[in-house]
Amino acid sequence: MMDVLLSAKDLSVRFGGVLAVNGVSFDVKRGEVFTLIGPNGAGKTTVFNLISRIYTPTSGEIAFEGRKLSELAPHDVARLGIARTFQNIELFEHASVLQNLLIGRHTHRETTLWSDLFFTPKTRRAEVAAREKVEQVIELLDLQHHRESLVAGLPYGVRKVVELARALCTEPKLLLLDEPSSGLNVEETDDMVFWIRDIQHELGVTVLMVEHDMSLVSKVSDRVLAMNQGEMLALGTPREVQAHPGVIEAYLGSVDDVASLRRAA
Amino acid sequence: MRFIFKTDYTQDIRLAKHGGHVFWYALLVLTLLAAPWIVSEYWLAQLTFILIYSIVGLGLMLLAGFTGLFSIGHAAFLGVGAYTQAVLTNAGLPFPLALLCAGALSAAVGMVVGLPALRVKGIYLGIATLSFGFIVEEVFARWESVTGGNAGIHIKAPNMFGWQLASGEEFYFLCLVLAVGATLLILNLLRSPTGRAFVAIRDSEVSAQSMGIHLARYKTMSFAISAALAGVGGALYAHKLQFISPDQFNIVQSIDLLLMVVIGGLGSVHGAFLGAIFLITMPQVIALGKDWLPDVVGQAPGLQGTVYGLVLIGFVLFEPLGLYGRWLKVRTYLQLFPFYRRGMFKRQKSFQKSDRLR
Repeated sequence: MMDVLLSAKDLSVRFGGVLAVNGVSFDVKRGEVFTLIGPNGAGKTTVFNLISRIYTPTSGEIAFEGRKLSELAPHDVARLGIARTFQNIELFEHASVLQNLLIGRHTHRETTLWSDLFFTPKTRRAEVAAREKVEQVIELLDLQHHRESLVAGLPYGVRKVVELARALCTEPKLLLLDEPSSGLNVEETDDMVFWIRDIQHELGVTVLMVEHDMSLVSKVSDRVLAMNQGEMLALGTPREVQAHPGVIEAYLGSVDDVASLRRAA
Repeated sequence: MRFIFKTDYTQDIRLAKHGGHVFWYALLVLTLLAAPWIVSEYWLAQLTFILIYSIVGLGLMLLAGFTGLFSIGHAAFLGVGAYTQAVLTNAGLPFPLALLCAGALSAAVGMVVGLPALRVKGIYLGIATLSFGFIVEEVFARWESVTGGNAGIHIKAPNMFGWQLASGEEFYFLCLVLAVGATLLILNLLRSPTGRAFVAIRDSEVSAQSMGIHLARYKTMSFAISAALAGVGGALYAHKLQFISPDQFNIVQSIDLLLMVVIGGLGSVHGAFLGAIFLITMPQVIALGKDWLPDVVGQAPGLQGTVYGLVLIGFVLFEPLGLYGRWLKVRTYLQLFPFYRRGMFKRQKSFQKSDRLR
């Protein structure tokens, strides 16, 4: 239960003159929900993009189950069992929900181009099997009503769930959620809390997420890492991190700032 | 209005979704089989051209409509297929073997052309394929020992192991079989993991990648399949015309092909066929219309180009989904009558899509 699934060591990435992530190290343990918090521009999403190999770290290393991620091509990351969602929803807009979810089964693909072209019994069996798996996810996330709808016509809240579903269809070991509650109303956010708990406890998937909604964070997270301007501020339980003076300063400003404001008034 | 209750996963996978599909497509096939006895020789030849262009259109539709990669040099693949077929047939190779070689060589060329597609996107890919088209046209004109240069090259009638398909009817049936075969292959592809990977690349490369799709492999694959179909179409085109020369595979041809899939409706298999019908019948319609117009307009040069241009602009402005999109709307109107609402097909603006990761 307590072994390390993903470990980042001394991670830094530089875009021109901007040090977007600077010396960040953390371990995500198998089975936990680990949350990154921090003000805008803290480098949270950049850490995600480093894990999914969209960016390459300038220095430092990420290891997943002991394998170095920097040795892999971006499309191989999914095969290891890492799935992600995006901050601004990156679904396949002109395909149906079902098709989107089936694309999530891509890493489990057993067919070849030739068997696909002639739709051999092997492809047929694989298609049925893929649909059975997808149906389990649809069941879990209550997407039955939207199965055949085009993503382009769905409301924002549903798309968010579809993206989560698509990530789950890959049967990941580690799920990266980039702001799962952004743009959701209170009710939908509550659903999200349940689903993240279900994913953790019933499916046994480790979750690494970036989130701004502190009530959601404290409800589901086992541990929280606070970042500011690319650096680590605090690491611990949600309660510890929220009480950390550096975190309060990053969000609300320092006592000196408040004092100077008071003087000005 | 038809509601389909699915009780089985295979229902979802099946090509014909309901009895209506079976009925109408069977009727279509029967009509096409009976066509030589129904229509005149001239229209049968036009129908043959429609079938040939449909095969090419299916390939370009897979590339442009389903993988999101635009090629403005597709006539080059048509040409590679046509010349391969001409040279091999004249050398005495039977038709099926020559056709296989034409498709395979086109596919190989397609893979090479697909290489820049791994690096450049959108308009830049268009420019790359455009210049490729020019290069190939130039090769056809200069490589005189093989292609006969600008004088062109004659091609013998297709020879199926001793059976000469000399008549228009025989050749029509050959094209029909190949067109149906190509359609089935494309439909199979689109309902299987490979086709879905193409669609994923079209809609969002970054998330396709995060789902484990090897972008380079699938883009090359799409180019190869598309070029192979263009090559097969080119081979048939060469047989139909019996004479080919480099200027048949120039930029105008490439633009015609692109026009075909855009007007037909990007992202639909039907669109390839509707586009081919449009492309072949439009000149006839214009020719018929000429007599009704005053001479100043009717006999003016460039009338066809003008009409094509206007039609294209009209489609881009009013019906981006092309003829197939229009048909969908008409069908929905009839199905829902009298409950059709105007805004039903209105596109929801998606302003949430991020461009940052591109």
